[in-house]
Amino acid sequence: MVDIRIPIGLMFSIVGVLITGFGFFTMSNTEMYHKSLGINVNIIMGLLMLVFGLIFLFFAFRKKKKA
Amino acid sequence: MRVDLSWIDYLIMIIYFLFVLGIGWFLRKFMKNANAFLEAGRSMPAWVAGLAFISTNLGALEVMGMTASGMKYGMLTTHFYWIGAIPAMIFLALFMMPFYYGSKARSVPEFLKLRYDEKTRALNAILFAVMTVLASGISMYALALLMEKVLGWNFDLSLWISALIVLGYTYLGGLSSAIYNEVLQFFIIVIGLLPLVFLALKDVGGWVGLKAQLAPIATSRGFAPETFTSTWSHTGSAASNPLGVEWYGILFGLGFVLSFGYWCTNFLIVQRAFAAESKAAARKVPLIGALPKMFIPFLIIVPGIIALALSHDPGKGFIIPPDASGGLNYNLTIIMLLKQYLPAGVLGLGITALLASFMSGMAGNVSAFNTVWTYDIYQSYMRPRTGDEEADGKHYLKVGRITTIVGILLSIASAYVAGKFGNIMDFLQTIFSLINAPLFAVIFLGMFWKRTTGHAAFWGLLMGFLLALVHHGLTIPAGATSLVKGGWIATLHTYPVEMAQNFWTAIIAFVVSTTVTVGLTLVTKQKKSDVELTGLVYALTPRTLDDKDLKWYQRPIGLAILVGVIFLILTIMFW
Repeated sequence: MVDIRIPIGLMFSIVGVLITGFGFFTMSNTEMYHKSLGINVNIIMGLLMLVFGLIFLFFAFRKKKKA
Repeated sequence: MRVDLSWIDYLIMIIYFLFVLGIGWFLRKFMKNANAFLEAGRSMPAWVAGLAFISTNLGALEVMGMTASGMKYGMLTTHFYWIGAIPAMIFLALFMMPFYYGSKARSVPEFLKLRYDEKTRALNAILFAVMTVLASGISMYALALLMEKVLGWNFDLSLWISALIVLGYTYLGGLSSAIYNEVLQFFIIVIGLLPLVFLALKDVGGWVGLKAQLAPIATSRGFAPETFTSTWSHTGSAASNPLGVEWYGILFGLGFVLSFGYWCTNFLIVQRAFAAESKAAARKVPLIGALPKMFIPFLIIVPGIIALALSHDPGKGFIIPPDASGGLNYNLTIIMLLKQYLPAGVLGLGITALLASFMSGMAGNVSAFNTVWTYDIYQSYMRPRTGDEEADGKHYLKVGRITTIVGILLSIASAYVAGKFGNIMDFLQTIFSLINAPLFAVIFLGMFWKRTTGHAAFWGLLMGFLLALVHHGLTIPAGATSLVKGGWIATLHTYPVEMAQNFWTAIIAFVVSTTVTVGLTLVTKQKKSDVELTGLVYALTPRTLDDKDLKWYQRPIGLAILVGVIFLILTIMFW
């Protein structure tokens, strides 16, 4: 049927890039990150999601090639 | 208490909506007959069905409720995730799944029909169908209310939009779509709530700092200092912990009756395992689900415990808004925490996680309702199979699709009823939750005692349900103000807390049901022959397992041992 790893990988990669970009864009906004104890959680979570998404895509396409 | 979202938060939500609908859209062309639509063609890999298994259980009410309970009861809440889930999931996987899956039954009511008789199936199918509609209506109402109160969204609009999205992907792709989306939703829930846990824990000085802050709160309520951060240590008597239940009540009530009733017989959950691609895969489904299940407390209960510490620290400015009766509105705990720690961006992710949890729970209810209605009610009593498999497959597919729409419309209706007559809905839900414990007794006896008869099972189910109802009507938790909580016949006994009443109601349902079923079996005649019962009863089923060529960690028993060991380590660590 459909390999669910592809949509999961795609969605996490897209949102990951988006949030990372937003994190860089708002990096100088210390007031905004006051809530999150001064940590730019957007960059951290964004990169984490991107890596997570890419891992899913990697495994999905590796299997496809084999088959 | 308002939370303001920015464009990026909405953008994340929209991307999520597009993906869930997109998955349904891609799957639509595979929906050629009822079998594909209602049973996912029995083709799911174990890991997919396993994550869906746990995701369905992780509905919006579960996430909101468990964070709220974390704030009320501390680490004792983890009993719902450890002792109250893991042993039952292992039992389901190793001992019950071979019969469930091997019987080729398409639903739990249908298993009752194969093992017992028509009337037992009818009773269970009807109660179950009503329960799923109520459950999805109530969670829909809770979600829309939350969105209205906190995000300022229009109540009707958020209710209809969230329902229509679930309708969209379940209508298009049926159970497959529900399951695939549950896997996606599972990861979103985990990743969306992850930053919250880390930030909140860092803010209170880690686990050690949290323990230190909770000690004075515990002593001020008359408990030992470590009560909120331990699980079994302070369960020697009901009065020494906030749950109000002693260790044997937890062990028997939650660890046995409630959890085995829920995990082993609730079709909503078990359906995910029925969709697995093979018997070995079906047996692994609950175990694969159990692995993340054990760690979910750190995601949703620990933040609730932190909220308790925060609310006693004026410097943090953390407030849980009051509810209508003036007490704390504990259900808002999770969203207040999101507001406290998450800036725009990850905030949208957190809100999306809540929406995802709502959808996974609701799609679970819808797909289970669908299957039970189409196969156990419509196909059994209204339009039986004609024998032409091709035409039947198409006909029941059409019925399944229409049922999806009707099921969702009924859920919406019950959401509005919940809004108008909240107490009545709570009451109905309490009543229908009483069907699980007797059901476990009847299915368990059926699988492991070949004599158990259909008449006995029917009356066991019915009497267990009715007497549990009577018990609820005769007892009341301390401080209850409405008859919804019990005592609507008379008040014979008062429980210290509602939890204790729930435990004992379930225990009574189970004991009555077992006694009636065993008693009647001894005086009624078994109408099913041994041949008919092959594959349904332990003693009559040849024990051939299809996992001989798998490596130890791929076998159900290897996984079960792994799950059991992690369960023991966690229990001891947080004893």
